[in-house]
Amino acid sequence: MRSITIERPVGWLAVAATAAAAPLTLVAAPPDALQGDVQRLMYVHVPAAWVAYLAFGVVAVASAGFLLRRDLRWDRAAQAAAELGVGLTALSLVLGSLWARPVWGTWWSWDPRLVTTVVLLLVYVGYLGVRGLSTDRMLNARRAAVVGVLAVVNVPIVHFSVVWWRALHQPPTVLRPGGPAGELPVLMLVALLTALAAFTLAAASVWLRRIRILAATDRDRGVPPAGAAEPAVPELIVTPRPETSGRQP
Amino acid sequence: MNRLASPRARLAVVGVALAGVLGTVAVSGLSDSLVYYRTPSEVQAQPTHGRVRLGGMVESGSVVRVGATLRFLLTDGAHDVPVAFAGRTTGIFREGQGAVVEGTLDTAGVFHADTLLVKHSNEYVDGRGKTYHPPTPAGAAAP
Repeated sequence: MRSITIERPVGWLAVAATAAAAPLTLVAAPPDALQGDVQRLMYVHVPAAWVAYLAFGVVAVASAGFLLRRDLRWDRAAQAAAELGVGLTALSLVLGSLWARPVWGTWWSWDPRLVTTVVLLLVYVGYLGVRGLSTDRMLNARRAAVVGVLAVVNVPIVHFSVVWWRALHQPPTVLRPGGPAGELPVLMLVALLTALAAFTLAAASVWLRRIRILAATDRDRGVPPAGAAEPAVPELIVTPRPETSGRQP
Repeated sequence: MNRLASPRARLAVVGVALAGVLGTVAVSGLSDSLVYYRTPSEVQAQPTHGRVRLGGMVESGSVVRVGATLRFLLTDGAHDVPVAFAGRTTGIFREGQGAVVEGTLDTAGVFHADTLLVKHSNEYVDGRGKTYHPPTPAGAAAP
């Protein structure tokens, strides 16, 4: 199968990038002059957040793809990316909390970045919930796709929260106009980018595997196979399927 | 049927437009009301007697510990507010760096804080080759 042939190299690349990131982040990168070694949490906290943004971007694109094509392959891609994004957002919050305690002096504060990130997490938990509201696979996919397209507006809100509003969280160091020049020693930047590559590849690997499992689940449940679009004119179906509650799509 | 003319497509367009309007209203509304901390200038221009969160830079040379109380000046460049904090400092509190305090302003203009949070900058510095001192409870300017 095509997906398995992509899965293998992506998985190995993730392993290689992780093997490169570990010595770079733990040994080669210097400790921060003010924060000491605890600053190394940056190399997991920041990639977790960035790859979560990326995952939610993928949800939006795949959701739009589903709305245009009505092909469940897009829907499965969106679901897998949303699950990944939820996990990474939660991870980013936990790691951020662990970092905040020794540096800010608190585990949590009602700061705009923290609050908007929790909202982001809850919105995508809601997205996953919407997927299970009906027993009609296509209806769930359609509703989820609409939410998946709209919910992505949260990503720029989270990212720019530290720019738009006064916050305890510091403003961006790398993803800002002018880039990271002068704000981050080169070795720290190299370590961060390698860790980012490792997170991205590991996420891509998990995403591909999850899509394959979701496709197998759909096949087992008798959902039309990948590529089979919904009939163009559903009103012409004379006999409704037993599971549908008589509701017209 | 033309895809753009279908009720579903029109609903999607209306939905996106509605979300955009709601988002804009929310962002512009929040900008006024969602203020995590107030600046020394704002607090001095409009002293409030309830609990406030005050943020600024810890003025260099202003940190003194008197008994159990840590005293320092929080500044935004234009105005300074004297802060008295009775408690242990946590985080990487030091002079010349941001801090956010929670508490009340008394009639003499002194801010009595019960919470002290450190706001560090987005700048990171190579700490190798320098001696790294973990933050002491007395702060950087402890005698």
